[in-house]
Amino acid sequence: MVARDPHDKNPELLVGNYSYKRMDEDVLSLITQQKKHPFAWYIFLGIGFMITQILLLSITWLVYQGIGIWGNNQPVGWGFDIINFVWWIGIGHAGTLISAILLLLRQQWRNSINRFAEAMTIFAVMCAGLYPLLHTGRPWVAYWLFPYPNVLAMGPQFRSPLIWDVFAVTTYITVSALFWFIGLIPDFATLRDRATTKAKTVWGLLSMGWRGSSRHWLRYEQAYLILAGLSTPLVLSVHSIVSLDFAVSIVPGWNVTLFPPYFVAGAVFAGFAMVLTFMIPIRRWYKLEGMITMRHIDWMCKIMLATGLIVFYGYLMEVFYAWYSANPYELYMAENRLFGPYAWAFVALWICNGILPLILFFPKMRQNLKVIWIVCQFVSIGMWLERFVIIPMSLHRDYLPSSWGMYYPTVWDFGMFLGTMGFFIMLMFLFIRFLPIINVFEMKELLSRMRPGRQAVEPEAASVAGKGGE
Amino acid sequence: MAHQAPQGPFPYGIVAEFDTPEDLKRSANAARERGYTKMEAYSPFPIHGMEDAVGYKDFRIKWIIFGCACVGAVVGLGMQYWWAVIDYPMNVGGRPLFSWPQFVPVTFECTILASAFGAVFGMLGLNGLPKPYHPIFEAPNFERASQDRFFLLIEAHDPIYDRFETKRFLEEFQPLKISELEAEEEGHHEVA
Repeated sequence: MVARDPHDKNPELLVGNYSYKRMDEDVLSLITQQKKHPFAWYIFLGIGFMITQILLLSITWLVYQGIGIWGNNQPVGWGFDIINFVWWIGIGHAGTLISAILLLLRQQWRNSINRFAEAMTIFAVMCAGLYPLLHTGRPWVAYWLFPYPNVLAMGPQFRSPLIWDVFAVTTYITVSALFWFIGLIPDFATLRDRATTKAKTVWGLLSMGWRGSSRHWLRYEQAYLILAGLSTPLVLSVHSIVSLDFAVSIVPGWNVTLFPPYFVAGAVFAGFAMVLTFMIPIRRWYKLEGMITMRHIDWMCKIMLATGLIVFYGYLMEVFYAWYSANPYELYMAENRLFGPYAWAFVALWICNGILPLILFFPKMRQNLKVIWIVCQFVSIGMWLERFVIIPMSLHRDYLPSSWGMYYPTVWDFGMFLGTMGFFIMLMFLFIRFLPIINVFEMKELLSRMRPGRQAVEPEAASVAGKGGE
Repeated sequence: MAHQAPQGPFPYGIVAEFDTPEDLKRSANAARERGYTKMEAYSPFPIHGMEDAVGYKDFRIKWIIFGCACVGAVVGLGMQYWWAVIDYPMNVGGRPLFSWPQFVPVTFECTILASAFGAVFGMLGLNGLPKPYHPIFEAPNFERASQDRFFLLIEAHDPIYDRFETKRFLEEFQPLKISELEAEEEGHHEVA
């Protein structure tokens, strides 16, 4: 019962001859019948695993030597560590947007992509958390960040955005993990009931005896909806608080009230780019085109376009603000961005985030998977450059010209960054193999609403229409 | 044990298996109209209006979450007050020690965290999970209740339950299968 515009030429949310049984087979047999995995899975897991070794090496050397091995200096005290922290945590935001905000807005197209995006959220926040943890220099005493009674005459300063960040990020990863787990319980029960091997015990433990009774579902749906309602302000607060790390300071280019909404929009922009980066190849390798249709991709592109325009508006407003403030430091900051030593980053940022995504205005381009995938790569690069422009570029020109400097990242900065990317890829591919990548019970509910009545008992030969794009 | 508990197996109920959610809801509605009160429906996904069909309401979870939210807010703000005013007062630019606007973000995060725990553990607690054994798992074909079949259970302790009459009643809806269930021990009722 999804309302459709008669002029809408995109395929439906569900393309193909689906039954409840076929949904189970298409999604859950990826876990129960391990041999269905394509060769690409091994390639990407291998790449991710190898790059993770670079991460381990970088961390080991860092802990042994101290953060002097990074390029951070005076005046640029925040370098790759904070850029990458903000970048990763922003990527996570798309998952919560899809799972919570779209649920509250009753957008049924979220059902086939929420599990995947939530997994991405958790892994991205794990990568993000590494950076501030290691930037403390003594990660083994990172628990000092938390308020706990101690004899060191030491306590957190609750007036600082940095301690707000500690609370925001730990709450965010905890709530994301809870949301993910509660969504998995009914699917674990299905896996338990389908399992024929010893894995049944594992699924049995994880599903905790879920019976699917109407009383279970009633309480489950209430809890899930309220959890979505809680996650929505949470996700908005997390990146707002991250932006306050900057906006509360008096550094030119940081002290702007625009930052919280502009950071949140940028986070969703980057997050959807990352969801599409993984989703486009994976739906093809695992033949999920019938559940993750071109309609889903079209809508994701539209959200990317909308948030991209908000971000671009933010860039324009930053320049306007510098002029309107009539503050010589703010004006110099804008001039330095356009003509200073890092002007290349600023120009590349505008091209990647401002100009190239505009191609998604064309409906034809939103149906072309290759174009979308390439745009997503530029958006990911652009969002990284945005943080580069904000962080080192604002710091490297201090108030006094005698304190000016430059920022040069070292091989260990790049090693950590590359390493977290490998870690993320490894976790994503392990997730694909060992957990259901589509929320099956929600897809069955969608099926029962869209096509009520008796489902085909025997699944017919897979005739997936609407592959689209190529 | 001092007392001797009566020995099972006990009749647990009659369960009917259906092909579609519509059939399940129709038969549950009819059973409620007939006067059955101790019944439960099982489905692979939530069915809209099923709780009305089996005649059941439970809105306790929102109060659990609300309670957790209040505790989270009070603990979050109280912790900052204790730290900033009592235990470790620090003069920052002559501002008041209890500069509450700056305590809003942490209070907010603590509220959300406590409510999220309340939502998840409240849901599990009210549902009685984890619970590895339940007599309904003995129903034939019940492994498909999480896949593509829909089950209606009428429990044996229903006041108008009758082994033959209830079975005849359920047969009117042409289920795929009807079976009687037994339980090894008493209790385990879906409906108290």
